[in-house]
Amino acid sequence: MGIEPVDVLLAGLGAIALGAGVLVVSTRHIVRAGLWLVVALGATAGLYLVLSAELVAWVQVLLYVGAVVVLLLFAVMLTRAPIGASPDLDRPRWAGLLVGGGAGVGLAALLIDAYRWSRVPLPPGTGATEIGTEVFRTWVLPFEVLSVLLLAALIGAIVLSRPDIGAADTETGRREG
Amino acid sequence: MHPVIPYVVAAGLFGIGCYGVLVRRNAVLLLMAVELMLNAVNLVFVTADTTVRAALPHSGQVFALFVIVLAAAEVGVGLAVVLQLYRLRRSVAVDEVPLDEGAGNSEDVEGALR
Repeated sequence: MGIEPVDVLLAGLGAIALGAGVLVVSTRHIVRAGLWLVVALGATAGLYLVLSAELVAWVQVLLYVGAVVVLLLFAVMLTRAPIGASPDLDRPRWAGLLVGGGAGVGLAALLIDAYRWSRVPLPPGTGATEIGTEVFRTWVLPFEVLSVLLLAALIGAIVLSRPDIGAADTETGRREG
Repeated sequence: MHPVIPYVVAAGLFGIGCYGVLVRRNAVLLLMAVELMLNAVNLVFVTADTTVRAALPHSGQVFALFVIVLAAAEVGVGLAVVLQLYRLRRSVAVDEVPLDEGAGNSEDVEGALR
């Protein structure tokens, strides 16, 4: 029943993640939402480290904090978002509060009911060796399909963002003419 | 370690992301809220991998890696869509996008292009 140091770490990092998440969806500055997203994702990477998932934690830092947030900040800059506070970022909140709060509280109640205050010994850390073995032994086919999906997403993004390729009768083609 | 702590954190993150998707009007902020939801799912995967003794070891972490890659692809395409929307309408407010127009031949789009 006792509180272990691991629990304190998990609770602290979880509180940071939740607080930063609330700020992401409630701040009035668009750029600050992106920076709070960095805090939330970084705290989640810390949670992965505590949960002994080293490789996932570092991939999270590389891909999420490195690539995804930079892409989102690029999107913020390219759509010429205002620098200061924007007053009209939110719709009326009651629907979001109802659905989001319902989903969060419902899932939390379900998981609390399922796990109670049970205690699990922390397994030894899993580095790249174990994960790599597992990926290339059991999950090879999804891995390869995922590389095809990445290629498709790359080509799709290029086709979408270049107006001079694609069907000539769409509005993007006419724009050139 | 008590697995209920990361599970409850994941549930809270998912609820926050859900709220953000429903409330935000800016398409980029909407993508950020989607990232929060995907992150909550990943946290459930990793926690389950740590706590549940499965037949295939470390499947949860492998799936978390797959979800991270999927999120990267999703943001790449999402960024392209948002930029195209901005190019057409000079705004990325998602509730101003008309859903009932044909393949871009309404007067609004024509006006924006001229």
